[in-house]
Amino acid sequence: MNAHSVGTMPEITYNFAYLDEQTKRMIRRAILKAIAVPGYQVPFAAREMPMPYGWGTGGVQVTAAVLGPQDVLKVIDQGADDTTNAVAIRGFFEKTARVATTTSAVEATIIQTRHRVPETPLSENQILVYQVPIPEPLRFLEPRETETRQLHALAEYGLMHVKLYEDIARHGHIATTYAYPVEVAGRYVMDPSPIPKFDNPKLDDCPALQLFGAGREKRIYAIPPYTKVRSLDFEDHPFTVQRFAKPCALCAATGVYLDEVILDDKGGRMFVCSDTDYCNGRQAAGHRGEMAGEPPSSRPVRSAEPVSRDDGAPFSGDGPGLSRAMLSGMTIQGGDQP
Amino acid sequence: MPATLLANGFDDPVFDSQAAFRTAMWALARPGRVEPIITALTPPAPLNPEAAALVLALCDYETPLWLDAALARVPEVGDFLRFHTGAPIVTDAREARFALIAEPADMPDFSDFAQGSPEYPDASATLIVQVEAFTGGLVLEGPGIKGRAAFGATPLPADIVARLAENRALFPLGVDLLLAGPGGVAGLPRSVTVKEG
Repeated sequence: MNAHSVGTMPEITYNFAYLDEQTKRMIRRAILKAIAVPGYQVPFAAREMPMPYGWGTGGVQVTAAVLGPQDVLKVIDQGADDTTNAVAIRGFFEKTARVATTTSAVEATIIQTRHRVPETPLSENQILVYQVPIPEPLRFLEPRETETRQLHALAEYGLMHVKLYEDIARHGHIATTYAYPVEVAGRYVMDPSPIPKFDNPKLDDCPALQLFGAGREKRIYAIPPYTKVRSLDFEDHPFTVQRFAKPCALCAATGVYLDEVILDDKGGRMFVCSDTDYCNGRQAAGHRGEMAGEPPSSRPVRSAEPVSRDDGAPFSGDGPGLSRAMLSGMTIQGGDQP
Repeated sequence: MPATLLANGFDDPVFDSQAAFRTAMWALARPGRVEPIITALTPPAPLNPEAAALVLALCDYETPLWLDAALARVPEVGDFLRFHTGAPIVTDAREARFALIAEPADMPDFSDFAQGSPEYPDASATLIVQVEAFTGGLVLEGPGIKGRAAFGATPLPADIVARLAENRALFPLGVDLLLAGPGGVAGLPRSVTVKEG
């Protein structure tokens, strides 16, 4: 008998953050060039990751190359910390890099995101890593890589303006609502990844470093801190963001991006913050939306007499209110997201 | 054969590389700000520890490396870099992905190095330039800088402002500079606009 008793598996260990050192160096060199040429898509030799394409392999590789043992990692998927993609990637780095993780946008040093920018303003020492499905903003207008590469080389972006103009001709307004193209530092037109256009203004003059990784398409690009990022528009059709008629039903926040949640099959619905960390923070600070109910401490002590609930309504005014956990089982429709 | 001992590489290749890369990354993302770097490397002179840390963190068999005359004339420097990185050391500056410059006052023109092509501006050289001190005297503007930033380093070529202006005019082509001095690294990416302060 050796020291290992029968039946115990040898512990599987990974290099820090899963990738081998040569791969990290290759990705790091691409990141440096991406920062030096803001908005330009640097080709890189993306590796196969232990997750399928479309699940954030580009973002994961960028995070793995940047991550150090002192970092605190936050991962969000459409604004939420508790959805499949976010939970899986957070678990991946907890296992392979043993870094601290958080759901707080303030505590995090690196935030990997799928399709949202946190509502909490970012600060100077933070890195925001975007997962990007199709990095080429011109791809659906010009399928040939050789051609799009030349269009970028010539800064020939007329095609993109024609596309936005056709929106206006057909719909009366620019109908592009997510992955809305931006011009970075006055030169490259860039796909900000499928974030709602609501988030586009947050990219401009952002104190944090923004890195974009596309695994299947093998591209990395970047926006350095305090860089001019302009959403493309026309003088007579200026860029505008989505507006919401009502505040968040849970935390009463206004001026934030809301998800529509279907409550029943009778047309019941509510709008709640897509950014769970922001919403939970506001609720903890005592902000109450119209469907949040009363906080437990201020709830009046009730008699033992049961309350009649025979009206079939999803909530009664004095009920405990909806929580995130209750919402997680419901259908969430992300506004006009894909 | 004389047994010459090779200076050690990183104590911890994984974390020391990561730390040196993060320094370089923030240096290029925030031009002119001197980002701290702590390294225990003791490379052969005239290679300084900060520049050595950057090369060990970023270079490997994929990145041809060019050394300026002051470094190239000391064989121990080439041996040290080749052993720890595996990078091929080239004599034609145009082939280099990275260039190490120990005597900036005599550095060759930026146009001697790869500038990238209009389709692939990333295929350009990164110049790691050793300096003795970070000073002032220049004003920087551009991506990564909130408003303006004061910057300076010594020694640099007397016509550095004109050289950097030419480099900026080539944008998106051009070379990127990482200045490595005592305890810190500062970046001058091609996107930066430099004026006399």
